[in-house]
Amino acid sequence: MMRVLAFAVAVVLVMLPALADNYLLRVATTMLMYSALALGWNFIGGFAGYPSFATAAFFGLGAYASGVLQTKGVPMPAAWALGGAIVAVFAAALGRAILHLRGHYFAIASLVVAEVLREITNSATDLTGGGMGLNLPVLSLDVTAQARLFYYAMLVAAAAALATTALVAHNRLGFGLRCIQQNEDAAIMLGINTLRYKVVAFVLSAVFPGVCGGIYASWVNYIDPTDVYDVLLSVKPIVMVLLGGVGTVMGGVYGAVLFLLMEELVWRNLLQFHAGLLGIIVVCLVLFLPHGLRGAGWAKLWRRRTGEAAP
Amino acid sequence: MTAMLRLINVSRRFGGLIAVNNVSFELRAGEIVGLIGPNGAGKTTLVNLITGVHRAGAGEIWYGSERIDRLPPDRIARRGIARTFQVVQPFPLMTVLENVTGGALFAGGVPTIRAAKEKAMEHLTFTGLSHLAERPASALTLANRKRLELAKSLATNPRLLLLDEVNAGLNAAEIDAALDLIRAIAERGITIMLIEHVMKVVLKATSRVLVLHHGELIADDTPGNVTRDPRVIEAYLGSKFAARYGSLAP
Repeated sequence: MMRVLAFAVAVVLVMLPALADNYLLRVATTMLMYSALALGWNFIGGFAGYPSFATAAFFGLGAYASGVLQTKGVPMPAAWALGGAIVAVFAAALGRAILHLRGHYFAIASLVVAEVLREITNSATDLTGGGMGLNLPVLSLDVTAQARLFYYAMLVAAAAALATTALVAHNRLGFGLRCIQQNEDAAIMLGINTLRYKVVAFVLSAVFPGVCGGIYASWVNYIDPTDVYDVLLSVKPIVMVLLGGVGTVMGGVYGAVLFLLMEELVWRNLLQFHAGLLGIIVVCLVLFLPHGLRGAGWAKLWRRRTGEAAP
Repeated sequence: MTAMLRLINVSRRFGGLIAVNNVSFELRAGEIVGLIGPNGAGKTTLVNLITGVHRAGAGEIWYGSERIDRLPPDRIARRGIARTFQVVQPFPLMTVLENVTGGALFAGGVPTIRAAKEKAMEHLTFTGLSHLAERPASALTLANRKRLELAKSLATNPRLLLLDEVNAGLNAAEIDAALDLIRAIAERGITIMLIEHVMKVVLKATSRVLVLHHGELIADDTPGNVTRDPRVIEAYLGSKFAARYGSLAP
């Protein structure tokens, strides 16, 4: 049953550009991007339990790396891949520096990375255009073809993130990360090289946002530092994973879909207060649904409604 | 017999406190050795030095023919030195089986999760926890959590096992059961160092006892001799009571 459903969803996703108008396609592209960001965060924040706020840093660095490469004449898909590779190397170095910190200390250290990168990007005017932003080469494609192209690009990124998550969840790496998440000292005593495991998780959590940043830059054609290093890019994926289920395979996807629905339906009507609403959602999630919507006890609620006795 | 573990003039200080001071001893393969001493004597610090959690400030630690006092703790664990924690350290949300699987999968060197699970089940049977395999580790009683610590350590396939107060907080019946388990582990050829407060366990299980006091090794002898050693009695009871009582044996 689940397999049939998953297959149907996959078919719809692949066929969507032929069926949907450009608005829906744009929403779907954003949804796929959010999924990839959330799935990325889940490697370090969900599996390893390290609350990273570096997603915006990786996204922005990927956007700028890929954007600058394209202005130097590198073809677009190659620039996306190279951007992802640059972000991966950056994350590996950064992870070695800050992953010995635990809990809040790690969160704060990861939070400042985006700010530092934003300032660097602002000052490196020759390369990035500084605060003026960066214009990317315009594609010689019509609007609909472009929308389809970026939709498929994000679909590939999100699918790759999901496939990697499924792989990691059932292998040694995922097992080790879960051990680290629950008790790092005990994990060391079982012979787990915890720093290496955490760095790998951190790199995985960086690659997908990095590639998405590159695709996003080409999609919107113009990027500036406040846009791509926006702290909301770090917070939203966390909220999505909290919504969908921390450390689960599909949690990032469910969370991204739910979050985007809220964003589209509610926030459009709350222009003055949408950031405030995000805050309220975070607080409610942490207080009432620490295990996400999956852990909300729907079964219990259902039994109460239908009057069935508990097993 | 050859020395499996050799400490040579090992010291470690934390600020002004000398936690371990110039300690030297050997463990021979197949021994069960007790390590006792009053609270704060440096027993757990010594375990942390051997397992690489803390670095020795001075001295050398040799494991077989390899010097290990500069290795990180995960490497030492993979070399075959396992320990249990004084305060039990399970993975609380994992099942008992998964807890032990981790040991087999990483330091134990079992290549796949499936094979590691099978191996883990053997260790659960050995430690008498197989009926609790699918329970979350956080649901166990203290005695069973201590057993789980043992099972996890055994799954790492150790040659040397450091047991840091595995009997603390257990009742008499539970201690007897734990003693049987410790002896059964020793029969598998695993060298054991027992860090203990419960003298009954030390006297019953060990062939040799090391005594730490203020970070210094003040005795290294058979259990019988150690309990009659005036310096040991003084360390435990103070000089006044040492004069009144001749022996520590219960």
